[in-house]
Amino acid sequence: MGNEYILEMKGISKSFSSVKVLHEVDFRIKKGEVHALMGENGAGKSTLIKILTGIYSRDGGTILFDGKEIHPADALEAQKAGISTIYQEISLIGQLSVAENIYIGREIKKHGAIDWKAINEKSRELLAGLGLDIDVTKVLSSYGTAIQQMVAIARSILIDAKLVIMDEATSSLDDDEVKILFNIIRKLKAQGISVLFISHRLPEIFEIADSLTVLKDGSLVGEYRTADLTRKELVSKMIGHDAENIVEVKRTYRKVSGEEYLKVSDIQSGIKLKGLNLTIHRGEIVGLAGLLGAGRTELARVIFGIDRKDKGEIWIDGKPVEFKLPAHAIGHGLAFCSEDRKVEGIIPNLTIAENISIANMKEVSRFGVIHHAKQRAVAKEYIEKIRIKTTGTDQKIKNLSGGNQQKVILARWLSMKPDFIILDEPTRGIDVGAKKEIEDLIREISAEGISVLLISSEFEELIRNCDRVEVLRDGKNAGCLRGEEITENNIMSLIATGKVETGGGQSE
Amino acid sequence: MLKNKLKIGGSWIAILVLIVVPSIIYGDKFFSTTNAFNVLRQMSMIGLISIGMTCVILTAGIDLSVGATVALAAVLSAMLTEKSVFLAIFVPVLAGIFIGAVNGFIIARLKIVPFIATLAVQMAVRGIAYIITDIKSISVSEHAASFAILGRGYLYGIPIPVLILALVLVIMGFVCQRTSFGRSLYAIGGNEDAAKMMGIKVARNKAIAYVLTGAFSGLAGVILCSRLGAGQPLSGTGWEMDAVAAVAIGGTLLSGGVGGVWKTLSGVLITALIGNIINLQGNVNTYVQQIVMGAIVLVVIIIQRRTQMKES
Ligand SMILES: Nc1ncnc2c1ncn2[C@@H]1O[C@H](COP(=O)(O)OP(=O)(O)OP(=O)(O)O)[C@@H](O)[C@H]1O
Ligand SMILES: [Mg+2]
Repeated sequence: MGNEYILEMKGISKSFSSVKVLHEVDFRIKKGEVHALMGENGAGKSTLIKILTGIYSRDGGTILFDGKEIHPADALEAQKAGISTIYQEISLIGQLSVAENIYIGREIKKHGAIDWKAINEKSRELLAGLGLDIDVTKVLSSYGTAIQQMVAIARSILIDAKLVIMDEATSSLDDDEVKILFNIIRKLKAQGISVLFISHRLPEIFEIADSLTVLKDGSLVGEYRTADLTRKELVSKMIGHDAENIVEVKRTYRKVSGEEYLKVSDIQSGIKLKGLNLTIHRGEIVGLAGLLGAGRTELARVIFGIDRKDKGEIWIDGKPVEFKLPAHAIGHGLAFCSEDRKVEGIIPNLTIAENISIANMKEVSRFGVIHHAKQRAVAKEYIEKIRIKTTGTDQKIKNLSGGNQQKVILARWLSMKPDFIILDEPTRGIDVGAKKEIEDLIREISAEGISVLLISSEFEELIRNCDRVEVLRDGKNAGCLRGEEITENNIMSLIATGKVETGGGQSE
Repeated sequence: MLKNKLKIGGSWIAILVLIVVPSIIYGDKFFSTTNAFNVLRQMSMIGLISIGMTCVILTAGIDLSVGATVALAAVLSAMLTEKSVFLAIFVPVLAGIFIGAVNGFIIARLKIVPFIATLAVQMAVRGIAYIITDIKSISVSEHAASFAILGRGYLYGIPIPVLILALVLVIMGFVCQRTSFGRSLYAIGGNEDAAKMMGIKVARNKAIAYVLTGAFSGLAGVILCSRLGAGQPLSGTGWEMDAVAAVAIGGTLLSGGVGGVWKTLSGVLITALIGNIINLQGNVNTYVQQIVMGAIVLVVIIIQRRTQMKES
């Protein structure tokens, strides 16, 4: 007793097939504090957590939890000890109902049998507390990523835990949902529960974390009080050198006067899209802003031929087009890097090189036979360009860290050299350094004449990169901002009210 | 809840058609209590196996050893009737449990894919059945008259095998829907890694699914032996495929995570009804029968998938 730390990990080491990914890491969390674990993609954050929760075994080191030494052999043991975890990978089950996903493994029982009525009831209440009013008896997979994430959060706070771990729980949430989550975290804290928080979004860290630990390449850099650090200092600790041009918000907009490439008019589809218009010129980077459910992803899916439209028209180079299949769209020079990369993007048992070239086999084949050297060369180029942390082009993608998997999928689409690329949340889950490199790459390809539609919930990303930002609201155009008008304030007020507050931009 | 009931609609409609149409064509010959009991008794053994198979398939597995287990159980049962009826019933079931445990161990612990693991076990078990019988049929002892009740007897006018099937069905329906073990089968089949991370005992519960299947197959073997009055080492051949077909026709996805034992009942009923109708037609060459059976199964599955797609 009297121990102020809920968790003390000492000298933790871990290797995956002779590659050492954790070097004698010390890590501790105080009781009732929110502690952030920071580091670049592949620094070893998720691995450290999985050792704590018994998913991976450790090669060395000790773990003290609540003053007692523990050796969790599986997730259940960790749970029983009082550790509740939201993993970075989707760790729920799509075919089961929302309510069951929250309660499975610790069902409410009556006379020894599962009490579905109570489970559904309680789930509904719990989600209502998270600001979510959905049918909990429907299967989880019928909801989008954000809702699934909220369900995972609901599950994690239901356990009687002393420590709640959130590995990038916010990456697919929008601002409002993050706010709700932060309120919950504060409540947990008030009850003396500790929270281990991982996120690549720095503003979140500075808002919620009391203290933080930085890892770099599997080694401990240090432990700090958040209040003692500036954003720049934190970033340079994470990347290991000065962070001068990384954290600054620098605009790069240009006036694009190329010919019109894509024109979308009055697109209606289902209940999500209620008449949307969009024009993109050659080499232009157009941002799409809006809340979840505003119709951003839905619009992209219709353009790409994944979903049908009920009404409206799409022109490319002045000719009307109608794609019935994504393959047709790809044949027309379009590319779509979807937001749900975990589910839609990764082929786990293939190598990085294969994963990159899978949508672009022609490029790396000769007479229909794959040319391995070429395939590897393409992979190598992108491993360097966007700093994919890997042991080589032939590593299986499933063995990369979450952020690095995303980079591979991004490389897949970028390497296709399309005429037009839709990037849906391209830097979600990607560390600050790599974020900058990805943004540079996006601007580079647009300078080559590739048009880009950039969907992002991070205003800074839109501000830094877009020539124009189209704001959507409730399936309709709320307004358009260009150049200097693209500011956080303007975007926010367009999202909230459909109007720009002070002078400046006007919707067209 | 209502939705759940509607979901099984597809196959129950097929069953209705398979009852109404032959009733019109064959009249009493088909639509009678005798024939109904015939169909039900026919399907009771495959039904039992299919219930176990459903659990296994829910975890995204498969059990190819069930037919061989039936054979071994049947011959063991016949041999033991010499000693006592009690042993003749329980030892074969224990043997089934043991075979299931072996399957479970190989699959859950040694992490061998179910298809290969149970195929190997199938060969071994069938081999044992051959060896202990010398590939000869073994008759049930004359002193064990009461043993025949299990397969041929009636209780309250209902065939006993049918009652056993109904009892197991109700229990397993409950287990799948209302117990942690049952739900974990769905979770494992849905996403094994996620299930593990949720703290579900994946290996243990998977193994239990195979043990249950083994137990039900053993029981089916005992019933078969009782009905025929003999244990035949060649019996149960191909039953694993009949069971898998029944599970699939019922609407349980072979990829795991979706389905249930009540759905499987409809699948078993459909195959049993088709078999019965072909039989009533008489004078049809057995090979032709098989072709017809295959064709009908295919049609039913296509309809099944269509209705399922619409629902989701
Ligand atoms: N199962 C595995 N097999 C081999 N290597 C692995 C495995 N899991 C992780 N690694 C490697 O360990 C390193 C650390 O990965 P980890 O997932 O812990 O990073 P992370 O800090 O969580 O990164 P991110 O921010 O991208 O999620 C990476 O280089 C990764 O390639
Ligand atoms: Mg990670």
